[in-house]
Amino acid sequence: MPKTTVKVPTPLRPFAGGAAELALEGSTVGGVIRTLADANPALKRHLFTPEGRLRNFVTVYLNDEDIRYLDREATPLKDGDVVSIVPAVAGGAPTSARSPSHNSKLVGIAPAPEETFSRDELRRYSRHLLLPEVGVAGQRKLRYAKVLLVGAGGLGAPSALYLAAAGVGEIGLVDFDSIDLSNLQRQVLYTTADVGRPKLAVAKERLEALNPGTRITPYEERLTSENALDIVGRYDIVVDGTDNFPTRYLVNDASVLLGKPNVYGSIYRFEGQVSVFDAKRGPCYRCLYPEPPPPDLVPSCAEAGVLGVLPGLVGVLQATETVKLILGRGEPLIGRLLLYDALSLKFRELKLRKNPQCVLCSPVATQTGLIDYPAFCGVPAPGAPLAKGTVPEVEPETLHAELESAEPPFLVDVREPEEWAIAHLPGAHLIPKGELPERVDELTRASHLVIYCRSGRRSAEATRLLLDLGFSHVRTLRGGINAWAQRVDPSLPQY
Amino acid sequence: MSEAFLSEMKAHARETYPDECCGFLIGSPPETDGERRRTISALERARNEFDGERRRRFLILPAELREVERRTEQSERAVVGFYHSHPDHPAQPSQYDQDHAWPWYSYLVLAVTATDVPSVAAFELDPDTSTFHETSLVVVPDSVSLPSVTSGLPRA
Repeated sequence: MPKTTVKVPTPLRPFAGGAAELALEGSTVGGVIRTLADANPALKRHLFTPEGRLRNFVTVYLNDEDIRYLDREATPLKDGDVVSIVPAVAGGAPTSARSPSHNSKLVGIAPAPEETFSRDELRRYSRHLLLPEVGVAGQRKLRYAKVLLVGAGGLGAPSALYLAAAGVGEIGLVDFDSIDLSNLQRQVLYTTADVGRPKLAVAKERLEALNPGTRITPYEERLTSENALDIVGRYDIVVDGTDNFPTRYLVNDASVLLGKPNVYGSIYRFEGQVSVFDAKRGPCYRCLYPEPPPPDLVPSCAEAGVLGVLPGLVGVLQATETVKLILGRGEPLIGRLLLYDALSLKFRELKLRKNPQCVLCSPVATQTGLIDYPAFCGVPAPGAPLAKGTVPEVEPETLHAELESAEPPFLVDVREPEEWAIAHLPGAHLIPKGELPERVDELTRASHLVIYCRSGRRSAEATRLLLDLGFSHVRTLRGGINAWAQRVDPSLPQY
Repeated sequence: MSEAFLSEMKAHARETYPDECCGFLIGSPPETDGERRRTISALERARNEFDGERRRRFLILPAELREVERRTEQSERAVVGFYHSHPDHPAQPSQYDQDHAWPWYSYLVLAVTATDVPSVAAFELDPDTSTFHETSLVVVPDSVSLPSVTSGLPRA
């Protein structure tokens, strides 16, 4: 019989006495393989099925030819032939629960969690399942998706509702506020009965009631440079629903550093902006705005007002982009900034380019970690009171006593006329902060001035300005008219 | 394995998403039977030749394995295992993985989503029970020196 060499693949050598190759005699390829298997019973079951056929994923070569293209096992041998056993390597993700149940007893690993959809889930998601672009595969992607919403306010509320409804498996929420009556005009997750409760406790209840299949993880804290990488790192996609620049830059930077897409939305009065910042595929927020605007140029919603339905639309656009990213369908809003004007009902789109000099996401990036964002944006650390001694302050109760005295101070209201119409202090003089430099002549340098606004921020800036202009007796009302309404005159509305 | 190899596998998984990716783990086989640890010294991407739904299946043809083995043997290394991705599924072997697994090799499974590779896990087939058991995967920072990569660079 012809003398041949049989090469044993590495994984099977332990079952063949450790040999890499063996000298065997046989007249056909099938013959020598069977001789080998018979001599090594442990090897046999790796090569042959119980029925005695070569296993599907065992490939045999005669010299350099696959025997399937020759005469298979009956391929004749001659002296000096080399027969090689080569594994074909295959595998794959689980298909469905319908994988053969007769095999399941052999499984040493628990089946993948929630592999299939229950009847109720099929019904719940049926309108998705009907879409070829979603279907069962897409719905499963949604189930395995993890989305972090930073901010559970005007933008976060509608985004969270639709993402939970869509079947996103895990939603993280970062917020630390309590529900205020003034939130209800746009933050549709909350109701009148919820006023005073922590936003996240209510959001978790509502969203879980909407879809018990969605896991809601609350982070009742401020997103900071210390915790951002840890929190953002646990999610696939970040939805930016923040209302201030320090946090917006923080969300952007953490997303870029961790390689996560950041679905950005912002609102101002009647206008909204939406984009998807994914530094791997396009620009980041810093490419668009390398530096924040000066702090006094950007009033927050609390100061400038916002149309209640505006964040609804912007938040839903963010949710739409998030779902598209998860499904991998459609054209994401990457490299495009969508501008929406509710008053004219017009959408515009601007092309965004990656900034080749971007400090964060360009090849010449210099920033490799998170920074001090309040300092970067030129604002006091969130929640921190103004540094002592920055500007002189007066507490509401003290001001009240002074106003009752023989020499009451002169009150200056630096808010906008719309705010004045909601409430103002008796005897105050209205000069919106933006007009103060031109109208400073209306004030007398000699008299004692107390400046107030809604919460104390704008009045502190106005006080600074007046001190710089040479006014010597200027103080700001700490906590603004809202603190006054809380502590001195509850008949005044807070807003 | 080094962090660089882990990153390369993750990048491969993301690139082929929503299809499965697959590739070779190349290293030095353990010197003795008792020594189970393997150091990965190179990766090679493999072509997923599965004729059908590649979102759920991969197949590395024997011809490609032979070719890679031939090259690695010249440098006294060997294919010590394979990696593949599970798009939108956990990093757990499927029944199909188990049915087609070979003993001795290390199998790395990467869970991949549209945006992320949330987990990676390593498995080996127990030849006695024909079931997978999870093994530890040690990822070494790139600064720690591992045997240098001399060949088998990833194919584009």
